[in-house]
Amino acid sequence: MSPQLLQYLLSGLTVGAIYALVALGFSIIYNASNVINFAQGEFVMIGGMTTVSLIAAGLPLALAALLAIAATTLVGLALEKLAVERVRSESVVTLIIITIGASILLRGLASLVWDKNLHALPAFSGERPIALGGATIVPQSLWVVGVTLVVVAALWWFFNRTLHGKAMLATSHNRLAAQLVGISVRRVLLVSFGLSAALGALAGILIAPITFTAWDVGVMLGLKGFAAAVLGGLGSGPGAVIGGLALGLLEALSAGYVSSAYKDVIAFGIMLAVLVLMPGGLLGRRSVERV
Amino acid sequence: MSLLRVEALSKEFGGVHAVQALQFEIPAQGVYSIIGPNGAGKTTLLNLLTGVYRPSAGRIWFDDKELTGRAPHHYAAAGVGRTFQNLQIFFNMSALENVMVGRYLHERCGLVAALLRFPSLARAERACRAEALQLLEFVGLAGYARAASDSMPYGALKRLEIARALAARPRLLLLDEPAAGLNPTETQEIVRLIERLAARGITTVLVEHNMKLVMGVSDHVLVLDYGRKLAEGSAESVRRDPKVIEAYLGSEAQAHA
Amino acid sequence: MPAALRTARTGGMLALAVVIALLPLALANNYFYDVAVLVGLNAIVCIGLNLLIGYAGQISLGHAGFFGLGAYGSAILTARYGWPPLASLAAATAGVALLAWLVGRPILRLRGHYLAMATLGLGVIIAIVISNEDQLTGGPDGMSVPPLALFGHALTGEKAWYWVVGALLLLAVWLALNLVESPGGRALRALHGSETAAEVVGIDSVRQKVMVFVLSAVFAAFAGGLTAYYSGFITPGRANFLHSIELVTMVVFGGLASTFGAVVGAAVLTTLPQLLAVLKDYEMVVFGAVMMLTMIFMPKGFVPTLTARFAPGERK
Ligand SMILES: Nc1ncnc2c1ncn2[C@@H]1O[C@H](COP(=O)(O)OP(=O)(O)O)[C@@H](O)[C@H]1O
Ligand SMILES: [Mg+2]
Repeated sequence: MSPQLLQYLLSGLTVGAIYALVALGFSIIYNASNVINFAQGEFVMIGGMTTVSLIAAGLPLALAALLAIAATTLVGLALEKLAVERVRSESVVTLIIITIGASILLRGLASLVWDKNLHALPAFSGERPIALGGATIVPQSLWVVGVTLVVVAALWWFFNRTLHGKAMLATSHNRLAAQLVGISVRRVLLVSFGLSAALGALAGILIAPITFTAWDVGVMLGLKGFAAAVLGGLGSGPGAVIGGLALGLLEALSAGYVSSAYKDVIAFGIMLAVLVLMPGGLLGRRSVERV
Repeated sequence: MSLLRVEALSKEFGGVHAVQALQFEIPAQGVYSIIGPNGAGKTTLLNLLTGVYRPSAGRIWFDDKELTGRAPHHYAAAGVGRTFQNLQIFFNMSALENVMVGRYLHERCGLVAALLRFPSLARAERACRAEALQLLEFVGLAGYARAASDSMPYGALKRLEIARALAARPRLLLLDEPAAGLNPTETQEIVRLIERLAARGITTVLVEHNMKLVMGVSDHVLVLDYGRKLAEGSAESVRRDPKVIEAYLGSEAQAHA
Repeated sequence: MPAALRTARTGGMLALAVVIALLPLALANNYFYDVAVLVGLNAIVCIGLNLLIGYAGQISLGHAGFFGLGAYGSAILTARYGWPPLASLAAATAGVALLAWLVGRPILRLRGHYLAMATLGLGVIIAIVISNEDQLTGGPDGMSVPPLALFGHALTGEKAWYWVVGALLLLAVWLALNLVESPGGRALRALHGSETAAEVVGIDSVRQKVMVFVLSAVFAAFAGGLTAYYSGFITPGRANFLHSIELVTMVVFGGLASTFGAVVGAAVLTTLPQLLAVLKDYEMVVFGAVMMLTMIFMPKGFVPTLTARFAPGERK
């Protein structure tokens, strides 16, 4: 493998891991409620920006990150309690508009609480690149990929091995049946928003040392996360991870070999092609609609 | 001569063989009934015969024209109409509009004519409305013409689906459990409706659970069990068939006992 | 009141015409005229988009792309190639129609959130191309556009534009109402109600969806071209994701499957940011909050909620 290709793959993997975390957030909420939460990107932004502020206030990184994740989780819970839960309409479009409203509101608040400038976060373990088979990688990338792996494993354990997790999965498969066996669908909805917000915040903190953070980074990251979730198949956990990595790699390779200006065009173009060929995404449930 | 012919028709859902290697012909006249226990594959068969599902294997001819694998609107254009076991009403429209949609195939007009509302279109619309009203009357729903469909009772919606299907002027009409969930009076009305359909020259395929109803109106009966053909013949011969008694009537009798 | 006036069609059209005719009495200066013209142009986009989202039930999160292509196509043909403005506008709109037709067939087989993502992706692609082809489009800085010349006269000034856009808005409403009440329009609503049932009575769902998708793209491209000539300057922001969202919000706010709702939605949400401009930094916060609150308390949208309130029993 040429060092250049390896370099592109490594950077694609890093970005892809972030997309995967955001996509997982989309999928978890989608499973619990059939809602696409367009404020998911804002969770990423709030996580990064809060950490920046707390570090500026003198807190150590680990504590700042933990508090930032906690704060973002609270925002997620509040969004569910104050808005999503109150919606009486079943219409998908209505719910989409509400979460879009929430994302604009949160972005506006962020520009007031903080400012409209770019902010940097120090890398967790220094900036010195590590050589790897002719390519180099910054230590932060290892953090991104490593933490993502841990999170994916933890989520797998949660959804497959714990009662709460299984209850959430059951709800996504059949809401009525879940209710009948005593699962509180409202609790599941609340937990899903909290969990997704935490995941988003974590992604925002991990990526901030590499790409900077600002009040409006959530727009693009949210879009990419949604694209990754759809590419992998909405509601599928493994799909979100594969979709995120695929999108990250596609972008990095297009930027490297074609044009960095058109990397998103290529990534979205390929995503469109996949959807046309596989209308349920890569790992989506393929079922025949019953009539 | 047969109106519809099916050869080695199968449908599989991830391992479940809902319909297996079916072979039969529906004659151009009368009432052809399909019976069988729950889950026997009756609805799946209707979905195959209207293009809603694509067969896993086998072929379908309507009027000697092969329709296998074509989209539902091709079946409709060829002259196949249907109703649904789980109601598929256009709940965003009035009862009359539901029936008017049924006239779609005979109402085609260009986009420009529609956008500019050509006078010819306005005339056609009046005719369409009049015919839809007649059909509502035919199924006994004249009083509901202006009603919002989401405010109508269940029994009326069942008949609304029949009116909508008739609006397309089908030659073959497939009814999926038209009497399910209806009280005896309503069921009687459905029976009369089916008899009047035959008088109109429409061939009816009746999927039904109510044995009395089936035996009374059917010219021909096909019995399904686990997606396979169990028996076929006149109502009388099927009723006496020991296999049918065991698989279907027997369990029915038990259920009633 | 004569019966004809009470129908949404005649009565509503007449009411809208009266509003357009009398509004200038309340428009104190050119700034107000400017806002009114922008309302009209957005309303035309929303009327088309509502045919797609409200009536046919198919979401698009990429219509700003069509709007942008209409705007830039018209601008480029006029400014760079010296075409007459009307010919440019027609060619750009026709080009967008062709594009929508080509991508519509494969994309409209998708459903729900997958369709949302596909249209969103399409919009993003268009916006990036516009931003990057700076030879033609001037890139992120935007480009200036010569004025619209009608029969040798340049159409300039907010007042003149007000009457032109007002007339076009009435025309757009009329076309949309006609379509909705035609067999094709009923077919669209039927698809929304039950796609399977629509297909088994003979409706070719993909064909109908593509038809309305193309039509809504044409409305967007046409209004986009007009906006470019009117403003005299365009930037890629008009083609991006956020503008697509703005358009969908207008449609939903006004009320899905209500042509007059689309007009009201465009009016409120175009005017609101102008009013909020006095709030400066708080503009986004208030805008976001208004979006959320209306959807929570009026999920059916403005016009249907009002009609249900004042005319119980009657529909539409
Ligand atoms: N869309 C579908 N996806 C998966 N399985 C299906 C689907 N439709 C029907 N089936 C299965 O096919 C079998 C036959 O069902 P159906 O045709 O509805 O029976 P009937 O109408 O005779 O009661 C059942 O086992 C049912 O679960
Ligand atoms: Mg059935």
